[in-house]
Amino acid sequence: MAGEGDLKVLGVWTSPFVIRVRVALNLKGLPYEYVEEDLGNKSALLLSSNPVHKAVPVFIHGDRAVNESQIIVQYIDEVWPAGAGGRPAVLPSDPYERAMARFWAAFVDDKVGSAWTGMLFKCRNEEERAEAVARAQDALETLEGAFKECSNQGNKPFFGGDGIGLVDVVLGGYLGWFGVVNRIIGRRLIDPARTPLLAAWEDRFRAADAVKGVVPEDVDRMLVFLEKLRTLGPYKPE
Amino acid sequence: MAGEKKGLQLLDFWVSPFGQRCRIALDEKALPYEYLEQDLGNKSELLLRSNPVHKKIPVLLHDGRPVCESLIIVQYIDEAFSSSSGKPPLLPSDPYARAQARFWADYVDKKVYDCGTRLWKTKGEPQQQARKEMVEILKTLEGALGDKPYFGGDEFGFVDVAFVPFTAWFLTYERYGEISVDKECPRLAAWAKRCGERESVNKNLSPPEKVYEFIGTLKKKFGIE
Repeated sequence: MAGEGDLKVLGVWTSPFVIRVRVALNLKGLPYEYVEEDLGNKSALLLSSNPVHKAVPVFIHGDRAVNESQIIVQYIDEVWPAGAGGRPAVLPSDPYERAMARFWAAFVDDKVGSAWTGMLFKCRNEEERAEAVARAQDALETLEGAFKECSNQGNKPFFGGDGIGLVDVVLGGYLGWFGVVNRIIGRRLIDPARTPLLAAWEDRFRAADAVKGVVPEDVDRMLVFLEKLRTLGPYKPE
Repeated sequence: MAGEKKGLQLLDFWVSPFGQRCRIALDEKALPYEYLEQDLGNKSELLLRSNPVHKKIPVLLHDGRPVCESLIIVQYIDEAFSSSSGKPPLLPSDPYARAQARFWADYVDKKVYDCGTRLWKTKGEPQQQARKEMVEILKTLEGALGDKPYFGGDEFGFVDVAFVPFTAWFLTYERYGEISVDKECPRLAAWAKRCGERESVNKNLSPPEKVYEFIGTLKKKFGIE
């Protein structure tokens, strides 16, 4: 089907939204060209491919541009469905299970996502950061319950069951930044005492082949990136 | 487990544009369902049990199993009843066209309701800002519509379902925001009229004056003049 030259991802290496797209492509065994964008100086290709939001990730497939990370992941899953050569599915095939996967993926970006911006970008002092951390951990506690359901009481390794699925890649995209939060607060955000299944899931996800090298682990480098990001419009604390 | 009643039930609130998306989708597919009006000031046990995470409407119950979040519900209706309803799908079959449909439905979700709320909830500078933004949002959507009869092309589809309930709010946006949709976005106004001729839309949208009245009541409740 598509050759390596036909697939491109425009992104930044720390973005949870970009990371999830790259993990999905890896899961499907699809080679692609990765282009690192400078958010302070966006490329002409980015601006023309995503004129509405001017944001990463952008997935370019031949002459088509697909935007919004969860939409991109579903597009990839539909263009390259499960089957050929053991290629896995990212979304389940049953309509109700698909609805559940979409629900939890939306929950992650809504509740974990807003706490993530609060913990790292929008907080003006440590009190505000602590409040955002508490919100994140409340959301993670809800996800612990969801994981229990999705994994058949913890008997399966991922939200997607035997294999990595939509909810896994959506939540997993945040793990790089969670490493930064862990350093700042001096303890693990995904607390094994409070959310044991998720803590085990985190280790498992980070170790997966499709994930290695995509979820960043260099906390120092990410802290430098964070400082730069906080000077840019959308990430500036008010 | 949420009530194991067979068939389809919709937990909803009469004026909710999110709930109306689901009602329109169900009617487009000619699917019979039980409509259950919810008292949002005193939430039912059924609602709290069916949507414990968000405690919000709409919730679709299918043989007792809940589906939450309006666009997820619409996709579920489209996928679970694709062959049995004999009606055209709301989402196109081509993956790229599907991605574009999802993009614009997501755009409606991200932009229209929040900005619209700021139009009637705020005054002065924030309201001016909201007015500017709303015009931009509507023009962007009009651009996506282009010359097509519907966002879905020749057929009424996913984006039309996602956006059309908000057309009942145009009157409210116009009065509080001092915007004229007819003047600023004539093609969008024409699209709204075209959709209004469909039975599923006609039957399920709130009359614009009722929406305006409802917002008036809310403003009094929140003490906004």
